[in-house]
Amino acid sequence: MSFLEVTVNLLDGFKTSLFIFFITLLGALPLGLIIAFGSMSKVKIIRTITRTFVWIIRGTPLMLQIILIFYGPGLIFHTNGLGRLPAVLVAFIINYAAYFSEIYRGGIESIAQGQYEAGQVLGMTKTQIFFKVVLLQVIKRIIPPMGNEIITLVKDTSLARVVSVTELLKAAQDIVGLKAIIWPIFYIGAFYLLFTGLLTILFRFIEKKLDYYKG
Amino acid sequence: MAFLQVEDIHKSFGQEEVLKGISFGLEKGEVLSIIGSSGGGKTTLLRSLNQLIIPDKGVIKVNDEIVFDASEGKLSESMLRDRRLHFGLVFQQFNLFPQYNVKRNLTLAAELLCKERGKAAGKSAEEIKKEIKQLDAKAYALLVKVGLENKITAYPGELSGGQQQRVAIARALMLSPDILCFDEPTSALDPELTGEVLKVIGSLKSSESTMVIVTHEMEFARKVSDKVIFMADGVIEEMGTPAEIFDDPKSAKLQNFLNKSQNLGIDDMESGFNAREWAKVAQDGEECLKDNELIRF
Ligand SMILES: Nc1ncnc2c1ncn2[C@@H]1O[C@H](COP(=O)(O)OP(=O)(O)OP(=O)(O)O)[C@@H](O)[C@H]1O
Ligand SMILES: [Mg+2]
Repeated sequence: MSFLEVTVNLLDGFKTSLFIFFITLLGALPLGLIIAFGSMSKVKIIRTITRTFVWIIRGTPLMLQIILIFYGPGLIFHTNGLGRLPAVLVAFIINYAAYFSEIYRGGIESIAQGQYEAGQVLGMTKTQIFFKVVLLQVIKRIIPPMGNEIITLVKDTSLARVVSVTELLKAAQDIVGLKAIIWPIFYIGAFYLLFTGLLTILFRFIEKKLDYYKG
Repeated sequence: MAFLQVEDIHKSFGQEEVLKGISFGLEKGEVLSIIGSSGGGKTTLLRSLNQLIIPDKGVIKVNDEIVFDASEGKLSESMLRDRRLHFGLVFQQFNLFPQYNVKRNLTLAAELLCKERGKAAGKSAEEIKKEIKQLDAKAYALLVKVGLENKITAYPGELSGGQQQRVAIARALMLSPDILCFDEPTSALDPELTGEVLKVIGSLKSSESTMVIVTHEMEFARKVSDKVIFMADGVIEEMGTPAEIFDDPKSAKLQNFLNKSQNLGIDDMESGFNAREWAKVAQDGEECLKDNELIRF
């Protein structure tokens, strides 16, 4: 199998990895915010439920969650359940939303009460205070941990292979098994490095942009 | 009826009654200082005036208009905002918005309010734009007043504590509150920076500006105040002119308090200027206000 053929095969798998990556972000970024507000709710029952949920999701392996979501419905309800890729997406979105929610919560809670109060005595509405005063400060503080989490997500996409979704790592494994060549498994390292490298540059750029003020 | 009328304000946190029936009146253009030892309820009272805390009982009136009445129950957000705007508040910790430069810190809220009110009054986009332009001029005038016009594009993180507090004062003045409140405006500052902030506050004194100042700077309170309240354990223990409070304290608690603060030297020495300077500061303030219609509040 030529280098080109392997590359084409691997790119196919990489496409699936990227798909999982972007769909997860698309779902988990907003869902995480909702969970964050839930875990900061004044209503105790809502707070307890969301925090327990976050604890369970963060306290168990993502691989286990993927397996459960894919096989669970069939085993328990004898229904067909979700397809392989949708099951993976659901598991990833829920898992990452839980992690993001904790980052959001940390960011929001780190903003001094005085910022809200200053807005209030200046006659601003709650919405104005959130969007004009608090939001950018929160973003500045959560960019570094979000960067970490998102880079972890790139590598976590390889977990999709446990339910036989052919993402990048499985694509390489398949070639290795079929053609008895070992190098593609090292070759995919370059794919991951390239992508995480780009993300690192992107996050550094955003951090730099927000560096214009202190605090 | 006094310009600011506070009637029987009560506030409890859990079991602890922190304000046990506070009543006083203040005339327009007067400066009221509130002194008292830690935990006496001074901050709680100021925050009640600004309705950051909702008192359990009592009435607050400004210019005969009710701005707070506990018996009305919970107000809508817009109502609460309108009433709050009778008061301004300068915090101990400045609380400037770090992501905005000095100018934007001043104009942000004023601009939002201007847009909102303009729309509600059916003004054209042109008119609103013009008003917002005027806000820039007002912001500049106020920065001149606090001596920071050369810092207009600086960010709060680039300023000293004293400068930040002066910006915070200018920001509070942007909305032309009827009554401006200060909660220990110099307590978070290094001693050598308190003077510049106290000078600015002193310079605001005029027949138009009514102020309520919680402070530990006794000499300052004596010099700028028309009235002084001594608070202890949630009640007004003593109230009177600076001369009455500082030279002829009646209650043992107040005598005790004054002795202690003298021994601690929270006095002339730290704020770093004397009576003559104060008189000049007050005079400058009057003239400054006469010069500039915009910054009257
Ligand atoms: N949000 C709150 N929740 C519970 N208790 C509070 C709250 N705010 C104030 N208190 C209590 O109310 C009492 C009065 O506090 P307050 O801050 O008004 O005192 P103060 O006179 O401003 O004191 P200081 O000179 O130290 O600033 C204190 O015992 C304080 O613990
Ligand atoms: Mg206080």
